[in-house]
Amino acid sequence: MRNSISLRSFISASWLGWKIESNWTDPFLFATYSIIKPLASAGILVIMYSIVTDQNFNNPMFAYLYLGNAFYQYVPAVLSGISWTIIDDREHYRTLKYIYIAPVNIPLYLFGRGVAKFLTGSFAVIITLLAGFLFLKVPFDFQQVNWLLFVVSLILGILMLALLGLLLAGITLITARHSYYIGDVVASGLFLFTGAIFPLEVLPVWIRPIGYALPITYWLELLRRSLVGNIAKTFPTFTSMSNLDLILVLLLTSLIAGLIAIFLFNKCNHSARERGLIDVATNY
Amino acid sequence: MENSVAINTKNLGRIYKIRNNRKEKFKELLALENVDLSIKKGELFGLLGPNGAGKTTLIKILTTLLSPTTGIATVAGFDVEKSPDEVRKRINMVSGGETSGYGLLTVRENLWMFAQFYGIESKVANDRIKRLSEIVGISDRLNTKSSDLSTGLRQKMNIIRGFITDPQVLFLDEPTLGLDVGASRDVRTFIKKWMNDNGERTLLLTTHYMVEADELCDRVAIINQGKVLACDTPSNLKKTLQKEAIFNINLYAPSGLEINKFKNITGVKNCVLSQKPESTTLDIILDEDSVLSEIITEISQQSLRILRLEKREPSLEDVFIKLVGQKIEEA
Repeated sequence: MRNSISLRSFISASWLGWKIESNWTDPFLFATYSIIKPLASAGILVIMYSIVTDQNFNNPMFAYLYLGNAFYQYVPAVLSGISWTIIDDREHYRTLKYIYIAPVNIPLYLFGRGVAKFLTGSFAVIITLLAGFLFLKVPFDFQQVNWLLFVVSLILGILMLALLGLLLAGITLITARHSYYIGDVVASGLFLFTGAIFPLEVLPVWIRPIGYALPITYWLELLRRSLVGNIAKTFPTFTSMSNLDLILVLLLTSLIAGLIAIFLFNKCNHSARERGLIDVATNY
Repeated sequence: MENSVAINTKNLGRIYKIRNNRKEKFKELLALENVDLSIKKGELFGLLGPNGAGKTTLIKILTTLLSPTTGIATVAGFDVEKSPDEVRKRINMVSGGETSGYGLLTVRENLWMFAQFYGIESKVANDRIKRLSEIVGISDRLNTKSSDLSTGLRQKMNIIRGFITDPQVLFLDEPTLGLDVGASRDVRTFIKKWMNDNGERTLLLTTHYMVEADELCDRVAIINQGKVLACDTPSNLKKTLQKEAIFNINLYAPSGLEINKFKNITGVKNCVLSQKPESTTLDIILDEDSVLSEIITEISQQSLRILRLEKREPSLEDVFIKLVGQKIEEA
């Protein structure tokens, strides 16, 4: 019964998230928006790269930057998809209290609400990758792709991001004010430290440990290696580590981050109940 | 604890710590103080009190939304603090006067989704949605997006959301707030029927409508400033005023009146003034009928004119006035 309710909660929340995500406008405008947004963001980076390197698109660093940026789109999508649900349900729809008093597994409900963002994020990633492979000569050989590594890395990474989203949702629960866009803010901050568009070696030495401590850094490297393994050897940061090493480090850092996220979410959840913040509506 | 008890509280208290900005020190606001209640299975229990009395705070604690500061509370035999998951399986809640719901979803989708959260099979949920929407009168709006509904219709949707899970214990917080007279009557009729259909169901209703409490509730607790002042059946509460004489006097008082002079008359237990543009009304509770002559003398001395004088049976409103010293809308 408990599992059944949890599963139904997850599926219903996913369905709800998709309805909310896709129903705000007509399908044509939704599709246009979903295509233009990622392409515009990638376009800015490509133009900057082009100016700085004098159009040297054959340098492996272009693939490094382009793929890192493409997959990084998952980070704000999943982080904000999960944490924004608290704001959305509490302030906008005023339903959080009814969900909270239902026999729902709240983390699973939040994960479910994040699924729609994951799907729209996936669409953005695919569009960006296709544009890169078809028009910008990002080196890609279908035969050379390590699909197993890609799927395993992607799943592990999304689970890790979902847990980080849960941590932000917990913080949102106890931050009745000014917690809008916390997912986007954190994602933008992490963009600097995770080697998404430049190697960690570019950062000052004392900042680099932040990047090495974040599972996202290893996840992005694994995704790059799975798609363009032939040139990924030249990427500077993790040359001494094998794919298996990276998977193990990703697993370990994700596990640690996940445990911290679950612990802090439970703490915040308890605190929100003590302070009467579950159904607070600031009307901000 | 006895199995026949659906809700039990002991020394239940709640203090809110509030401040307007970070520079200010926290101020303590006492919302509930030593509330002891025992509500039996099958009982329709009313919490009667003005806005800010602590009714919603009590419901929030009992529905696991809020932790108490002191005391314990159990619902359906489970401690709300120690076993919130067990409590949640057995309860539901409807709050009045709000427009909650997912505006992008239709009424049917909103209701179906909440049924899913309780693990109700789709077919059962759809049958209940159909039946309840006919009873509440929104069956023709099931395919309307909830953002397109009026406040009253949204409230009806929320009432169905509360009943669709067929909870053991249902909490209705001002359920008819925002509904028109006809819709409120329909909801009250439905509540009574729902309770009569199954003797195991328990319902805790908060309201500041005296008539609603009088008409629906097996027992009523009068609550003000976080304290339960009285708890009994409506008829027993009214009986406490049986010895007193209650008068309603409609006056012509173009330049106002001095209420304290009436209150100071020996034998006046309580005296409440209601002034509206078109009339001035005194609700007076007297020890006995004979005190009325002194009231009339005072009216004459203040150059007021009596338009109507009525002696009436005690109501819950009178019980409230006696306990609190004010009408419920003034408290």
